[in-house]
Amino acid sequence: MVRFLAERSFGMIVTLFMVSVMVFFIMELPPGDFAERYAFRKFSGTGVTITPADIAAIRAELGLDQPAVVRYFDWISGIVLRGDFGQAYAFDTSVNNVIGQKVWLTLGLLFATLIITYLISVPIGIYAAVRRGGAADYGLTLFSYLGLALPNFLLALVLLYFANLWFGASVGGLFSAEYAEAPWSAAKLWDLMKHMWLPALVLGWSAMAYQIQTVRATMSDEIGKLNVTAARARGVPETRLLLKYPARLALNPVVSTIGFDVNRIFSELPIVAAVLGLTELGDLLLKSFLDLDMNVAGAILLMLTVVIVVMNFVSDLLLAWLDPRIRLGG
Amino acid sequence: MTVMDPQTPLETTAERREREKRERYYAASQWTLIWWRFRRHRAAMAGAAILLTMAFLGLFAEFFAPYGPTERNRDYVSGPPQVPMFCDQNGCSLRPFVHGTRTVRDPVTLRATAEPDPETRRHVAFFVPGEPAMLLGAIPISTRLFGLEDGAQLHLWGTDTLGRDVFSRTLYATRTSLSIGVLGVLISFVLALVIGGVAGYFGGLIDSAIQRVTEVVRVIPIIPLYMGLAAAMPKEWSSTQVYFAMTLILGLFGWPTLARRIRSQLLSIRGEDYVLAAQLAGARPARIIGSHMLPSFTSFIIVDLVISFPYMILSETALSFVGLGLRPPAVSWGVMLQQAQSVQVIEQAPWLFIPAGFVVLAVLAFTIVGDGLRDAADPYGQAG
Repeated sequence: MVRFLAERSFGMIVTLFMVSVMVFFIMELPPGDFAERYAFRKFSGTGVTITPADIAAIRAELGLDQPAVVRYFDWISGIVLRGDFGQAYAFDTSVNNVIGQKVWLTLGLLFATLIITYLISVPIGIYAAVRRGGAADYGLTLFSYLGLALPNFLLALVLLYFANLWFGASVGGLFSAEYAEAPWSAAKLWDLMKHMWLPALVLGWSAMAYQIQTVRATMSDEIGKLNVTAARARGVPETRLLLKYPARLALNPVVSTIGFDVNRIFSELPIVAAVLGLTELGDLLLKSFLDLDMNVAGAILLMLTVVIVVMNFVSDLLLAWLDPRIRLGG
Repeated sequence: MTVMDPQTPLETTAERREREKRERYYAASQWTLIWWRFRRHRAAMAGAAILLTMAFLGLFAEFFAPYGPTERNRDYVSGPPQVPMFCDQNGCSLRPFVHGTRTVRDPVTLRATAEPDPETRRHVAFFVPGEPAMLLGAIPISTRLFGLEDGAQLHLWGTDTLGRDVFSRTLYATRTSLSIGVLGVLISFVLALVIGGVAGYFGGLIDSAIQRVTEVVRVIPIIPLYMGLAAAMPKEWSSTQVYFAMTLILGLFGWPTLARRIRSQLLSIRGEDYVLAAQLAGARPARIIGSHMLPSFTSFIIVDLVISFPYMILSETALSFVGLGLRPPAVSWGVMLQQAQSVQVIEQAPWLFIPAGFVVLAVLAFTIVGDGLRDAADPYGQAG
């Protein structure tokens, strides 16, 4: 077990290092650099004339005239050692200030989505496998096709449309107007929960469709196994039998793809956030890309990826805990 | 001396048919077998028909679309769809017609809006003259499949906020979106072939290194990654440059799944005798992979390619939808949907949402065709 942990941790660190290089590369991609955009943003329309010398001065002040390798190590050591993500030029403040609490909102949204996804998909997948070939099964197959075909942001628009039609009120956003700027309180938390279900459902939509299929397939394979027949012959009650043998194994593929689901959810987050007006990291990421505020964008991209890598790790651990074959290196 | 087959004269017609069918089956090539199995998959055949129709309409958009993608009708801005009909309150006609429009001023806002005029009829005509255009970029045509008599404009699916015909734009968008998918899949296919081929054929250290890189590309959420690359496109690029850059971006990061498949297949057949024979004969790795090993799982690669189409199309749509993908005057499904971003628009002009139907239909069709192909390509599946 110790060896297993050590191997996985080492792999995770190597991956994270390469991810950070990749993110830094993306931050460097847009034409022009931070100093030019900063100068433009700050002084355009103020009547101040900016000469190339001024920009060079800003560049030197921020250390942007260094070679890329040096800048990379400045950037990454700031993050790893001091938790400092640098300056956000569009907001004229530090990236940490801009991102701030949004990290927790985003993580909250992620976990709400994961919980809703698994609470819905696992029981339904098991049910579909038990009632194989029934009307419900066909309905679910259709649903899972739609889950793949209907992009989340279109689903979000359709749901918003019907919500407007039926409830008349806007269900978008994460908070009601009166709580948006209010300090945290129990009432605000409750308000957040009331708003969370729609984005969670939309974000989990395709993961749900995919997991229902996986659970159904594993369950169908396992139900026909001899140990199930043997248990039935021993007179084990049907529900207990299903939960004890096939359902337990049907959980394995779900657990092993948690990281994959998180990846999928984060992938769709920026666009769903734009449609539903969610004020968290996805929305901020999209805005920063549009503004070319690459320090903010890079920080968010890195954070999202770190969460995915960590969730991959957690899923490995969970799987090892669930399945001794993996833990013991069989 | 000829030896008579003793069974031949005794065979009934039904038996002969049965035997011929069996012989055809035994003699059929792998691809014929796959086609036979695929043909019996009704949903997949329907999906293939939908895709072919879309591709055909898109390819010949200059003929099927009554107007150009950027042509504006200033007299019919944000106009609802005009459905051709045979009857109205003034009686019936054998030829389909739509009502003419008249411009009225809104009594409150004083804005000029188009309104159908039930007293006038405009008949639908086929093969009407239109603006000269180049079919397939080479054949000059000035005829459109359909339109209205007397040069009045027919907007089957209404017009957008600039007065452009939604039906025509959707056809042009179909061409753009499908072709981006094709180019993106091709690029990622070549990359997957090289990367997966090298990893699977050589194995060992090279394989481990490539697996690490693949892991990194897989772990970064794909749409944000695409967004980052798309955001880097200079603002002054023309829409053609952006188009090719987009296919490159989509293709550059679409390879991991396919590369994995190729790698694992190659790893599993690396030790076969025929590979060793080819190596001893002095064939180079590229040749061994390309002409000895790949053919054993071409069908799986094709299935994977078909299945990866929807992701390309959805990514392009999503990126263009938020303004990081294709830019006007290029027109794709995502670019068109940019106008339908808010609930207000969908309430006031639901027809702007029509391209979404195309996205869903195309993705659904690709998925079903991919599933059908996978079943058909499985040699252990039910024989056809």
